[in-house]
Amino acid sequence: MMWAIFSILVENKPGILFEVTHMFRSRNFNIDSIAVGVTENPGLSRMTITTYGDERQLAQIGKQLDKMIDTVEVRRLDEHKTVYRELAIFKIRISNAEDSMEVNKLINAYGAKAHDTRKDSIMAELTSTPDQIRAFEELAGRFGILETARTGMAALQRSGA
Amino acid sequence: MTALEGEGVREVFGLPGGANLPMYDEFNRCNIRHILVRHEQSAAHMADGYGRVSRRPGVCFATSGPGATNLLTGIATAQADSAPMVAVTGQVPVHFIGKDAFQESDIMGMANPVVKYAFQPRTPEEVPISVQKAFYIAATGRPGPVLVDIPKDVQSAHAQMRPMDGVSMRGYHPWTDPDIQNVGRAIETLIRADKPIILAGGGTIISSAFAELQAVAEMLTIPVVTTFKGKGAFPENHPLSMGPIGMHGHAEANKIITEADCVLAVGTRFSDRSVGTFEDFESRRTIIHIDVDPAEIGKNQTTRVAVVGDVKASLRVMLRLLEGRKIDRDEGGEWVRHAREMREYWQENLKIHPGELGAAKILRKLRQLLPPESVVTTEVGQHQMWASLFFDVISPGTFFSSTGLGTMGWGFPAAIGAKVARPGVPVVDIAGDGSFNMTENSLATSVLEDIPVIVFLVNNYSLGMVAQWQRTFYKRRMVGVDQGQCPDYVKLAESYGAQGIRAQSMDELDAAIRAGLKSDVATVIDIPIDPEEDVLPFVQPGTPLSKMILPS
Repeated sequence: MMWAIFSILVENKPGILFEVTHMFRSRNFNIDSIAVGVTENPGLSRMTITTYGDERQLAQIGKQLDKMIDTVEVRRLDEHKTVYRELAIFKIRISNAEDSMEVNKLINAYGAKAHDTRKDSIMAELTSTPDQIRAFEELAGRFGILETARTGMAALQRSGA
Repeated sequence: MTALEGEGVREVFGLPGGANLPMYDEFNRCNIRHILVRHEQSAAHMADGYGRVSRRPGVCFATSGPGATNLLTGIATAQADSAPMVAVTGQVPVHFIGKDAFQESDIMGMANPVVKYAFQPRTPEEVPISVQKAFYIAATGRPGPVLVDIPKDVQSAHAQMRPMDGVSMRGYHPWTDPDIQNVGRAIETLIRADKPIILAGGGTIISSAFAELQAVAEMLTIPVVTTFKGKGAFPENHPLSMGPIGMHGHAEANKIITEADCVLAVGTRFSDRSVGTFEDFESRRTIIHIDVDPAEIGKNQTTRVAVVGDVKASLRVMLRLLEGRKIDRDEGGEWVRHAREMREYWQENLKIHPGELGAAKILRKLRQLLPPESVVTTEVGQHQMWASLFFDVISPGTFFSSTGLGTMGWGFPAAIGAKVARPGVPVVDIAGDGSFNMTENSLATSVLEDIPVIVFLVNNYSLGMVAQWQRTFYKRRMVGVDQGQCPDYVKLAESYGAQGIRAQSMDELDAAIRAGLKSDVATVIDIPIDPEEDVLPFVQPGTPLSKMILPS
């Protein structure tokens, strides 16, 4: 099983998210994360989908996406030639003053931002790669994660890559 | 409606209702014939049959809500078999959408998984453009059904027609020119093979590549098998023809493809029903695959050489490259001789049901009396597989069946659609009683709209294929398969004003077929057969084609 990032330019129209995600469901593929936003051209949105599969499945995902009439461009990105980031917000439990210090250190170490600092919790906003987010989550887990929200990954291929 | 006329539409199959009344009112003013159905599913099947035969999108109309949902089975059938169709549904007025209005259904959401594309114009100006694009998408590349869902208020308003010169959509590229180098590699691979075979699928029929297929097969002297959907892509009385492969394929076809070391597969998606198991099929032979849909390449089978392109265009490139080449595989080659002997052996020695009205006998009788250019549709079930086994298609592209979705009730309305598309030839629905029950009320359409077809009813008063599986896999624990002696199909036909004939012997059958061919109303020929007759050969699901069960 391999991890893959698909970057898809789609017509910015109602129902497009359903169409694309339904293709994954109906063909028995999995979506690991999905992020959608309008592009510099308001008629087009970019979907970034991360998924797992063997080579045959990933090739099929690419072809089935390409076949859809509302997809204008489908690219499978090479993670080594791509800038990819996800934003995650964690609400972390604070039990005592020591925790508070430790968590703030952790937030600084990962280049995250602190929000909504309270006596019993703190929110950490982290924009990073999935690996880094996972590592942060593990370390923060020691204190107790109360709530999580993640955006799914956005990615763009580097110029000349 | 003007947009439909602009697309050359002459007939619409449909049923009116509250939400498509404004469109229906326009039938009073335009030159399009409306053919009234008794159930929307039949309208979709008629449009499908029309589309497959004419290779232009058939059009069906339904109202919102239940009218639209009734179309869905027909739309899904067309999608599974890549048939060109434009389905136009009424929708509740725009300001009612999302309010759970009377007869509102989210047909855009429901149909999305079973259409090639769907439009819902929200302003009158969008209607003609949507219609134009719908026909373009339905008919080009790999064909399929397109839905146009039009809210009632949008239908009522008038729009200026500004037809686009040629449609283009930035995300839709239906044509790919076949890569000449890949075609060259395909030829080299074929010529180097010891035991090559051609597997022709439904795409060959859709692209009408009959002459090209025959020329390639003859030039290289390669035996031809087909999928069931590809049945009739190649004349089945041709010396190189081995018939359809698959679960109920011809014995000689399944045997020869099992021995083959190289397959040139044209316009096929390698369905499980055709190849048995994916792993066994791809591991035993080199596969060359030509298909218009790039997503089919590598989907079910790993291929050595792939050509993305229309079958006809690709085979033409192949023929051009073959011209002037000296091919040393002569007519008397060992492989071809072996294939011919195998075919002759099985044609003489396949055991058939001994009864007076055994399936093989009645279908061969039909073939004998039917002009070769007649169009034949089938329902779904045992009779369908018997048709595949015992009814030879001589004139390419005259045999149609619901092969992908396997929709019972398809054959009769599809035959009506086919007759509208090709009024000059006889059209026969080879039917079973279980399937015919599902859309038999189309007799009203056939009679009142003066579209006479023949229903060749292979009647075992049971859901025969399911009964066969219960006999085979469930030790004769029969459940839900007995249809009783109900209805009386002769009286049923007569009650609609059609001709009903019961044939209880070969002589009666002979006379009935002749009467049907002469009749100017629909004819139902009720042929009571032995309900215990099985379809054989049989490759059980999940087993390779080599493990074929033969009649004993």
